[in-house]
Amino acid sequence: MIVDDATLAMQSGENGPAMQLAANLVLQAARIMGAERLVPVTFAHIDACFYNGRAHIDFAKFCLDHAARFAVPAWSNNGVVSLTHPQLYANSKDPEMVQGAITLMALYEKLGCKPVWTCAPYQLPGQPKMGEHIVVGESNAVTYYNSVLGARTNKYGDYLDVACALVGKAPFAGLHTDQGRRASLHFDTASISETWRNSDVFYHLLGHHIGRKSGRRIPVISGLSKSANKDNQKALSTAVAASGGVELWHGVGITPDAPLLESVFDGAETYTVNHQELRNAMQQLSTGRDGPIDVVALGTPHFSASEFKNVLDLLGGRKIHPATRFIITTSRFVRDYCAAKGWNNELEKSGITIVCDICSYYAPGLDNMKGRVMTNSAKWAYYAPGMLPVEVCFGSLAECVNSAIAGEVVRDRLLWNALS
Amino acid sequence: MSVSGDILHAGHAMGPTLVLSEPLSFWGAFDPRTGIIVDVHHPQCGACLAGKILLLPETRGSGGTPGGIAEAIRLNTAPRGIILMTPDINLAIGASVAKTLYARDCPIIVVAAVDFAALITVQTITIAIDGTVSAR
Repeated sequence: MIVDDATLAMQSGENGPAMQLAANLVLQAARIMGAERLVPVTFAHIDACFYNGRAHIDFAKFCLDHAARFAVPAWSNNGVVSLTHPQLYANSKDPEMVQGAITLMALYEKLGCKPVWTCAPYQLPGQPKMGEHIVVGESNAVTYYNSVLGARTNKYGDYLDVACALVGKAPFAGLHTDQGRRASLHFDTASISETWRNSDVFYHLLGHHIGRKSGRRIPVISGLSKSANKDNQKALSTAVAASGGVELWHGVGITPDAPLLESVFDGAETYTVNHQELRNAMQQLSTGRDGPIDVVALGTPHFSASEFKNVLDLLGGRKIHPATRFIITTSRFVRDYCAAKGWNNELEKSGITIVCDICSYYAPGLDNMKGRVMTNSAKWAYYAPGMLPVEVCFGSLAECVNSAIAGEVVRDRLLWNALS
Repeated sequence: MSVSGDILHAGHAMGPTLVLSEPLSFWGAFDPRTGIIVDVHHPQCGACLAGKILLLPETRGSGGTPGGIAEAIRLNTAPRGIILMTPDINLAIGASVAKTLYARDCPIIVVAAVDFAALITVQTITIAIDGTVSAR
């Protein structure tokens, strides 16, 4: 492996023990991945700020105590608790975790992380360009950056994300290389009806199905509508990463790496997606019986401004049922953007709570996240039943809003009948 | 018997073996406070990893694994050493960070499939600093 002088100097301890540890971790990863060299990166999204015990705090303190400095802009992923809504944790059964999470978030801010606290950093201004090498840890963001923006990152686990951002380099291997980004299986969606291919719920269910089939391989998808917008592509990216471990998908004519099928695929493994498979995905995600709902949880990953606008339009001034809690998680940036448009006032008047900094399915401290929950997120539906005392009813965005108003699950018969 | 492994994190360890039949994530599926597998879908849910030499075919590629193993090493609930069939960056990174922070080693060694198959039949294993894995 060829290692540049600056990294070697860090490894020898010239910049202190924290930068030495960072260089050692990056080189250790490079050796295991079989990289021949490191590649400079321009941006990092840090996942190690998500509290997971005292070792996380000790690591961040070690970096801070030994004057470690990020070489590139580093933005923070969600924290475990919301700093904007401390009242949500007043009755937490795990006060130690709540305090640990707050301490850890403060340490990363001190270390120089831009405190954006979001799992959807790609919705903020200032995005990497196609082909740019970056470092990302959060699974949905890894997949979105690779697929939708054509930036290049592997999935960097805890500590290695920080180490790469401190050194400013990553192992040149895997999804950083041209060869590592080729698809090994192909899904054709052309036999799905036009109505369905244009529905928001399609991208979640398709992603869930493709993730399960692909595992950690790279799929290419043909037949997607040219009108698939950023929210649709976010839904697909998130679902394939949750049900599989997909870190990159290609959409023919949609995503930047794949103007043509041949641009990324020369294999033979092709599947034709059918309506039955989408119905199966729906059954796997919607494990709760339709009926009265306790909570509607949206914003996994964090809601975009256009998604807020859609909810506002679907509400049409109606009020949420008094027995149903309606929580939308988002970034502070998107919250402020929507507030400036006057949308948040209207949403809150309807009975919706907007929470920043966190994920509502991983909410060990969040009070009252229990019972029957409705969501439009395949990721929320996939993970929450293992983390929280909940049963999940999955549905489209319109179904979620209409159900919240009725206080019970309301189905869009036309939509689901079109799938049979 | 004695086989030579590829060192992901070096160290010396000896202990009784625990063989996992399926991959494990050290985030969510494992509780570092107790060292116990808590994922109800894992066939060895309830097994305690503390003090064992763990024979693990592979991990589940969770980005939270480094934190989970580092926290377990801090709390002395981690395996004494881990033997894999597939290289795993997350375990290696977690063990390296724990070494720096807590001056404790949890050696992580990769062995060939044929050696792995032989090692799962033995009761006690010693891992040497040079990556040699010996059965007793």
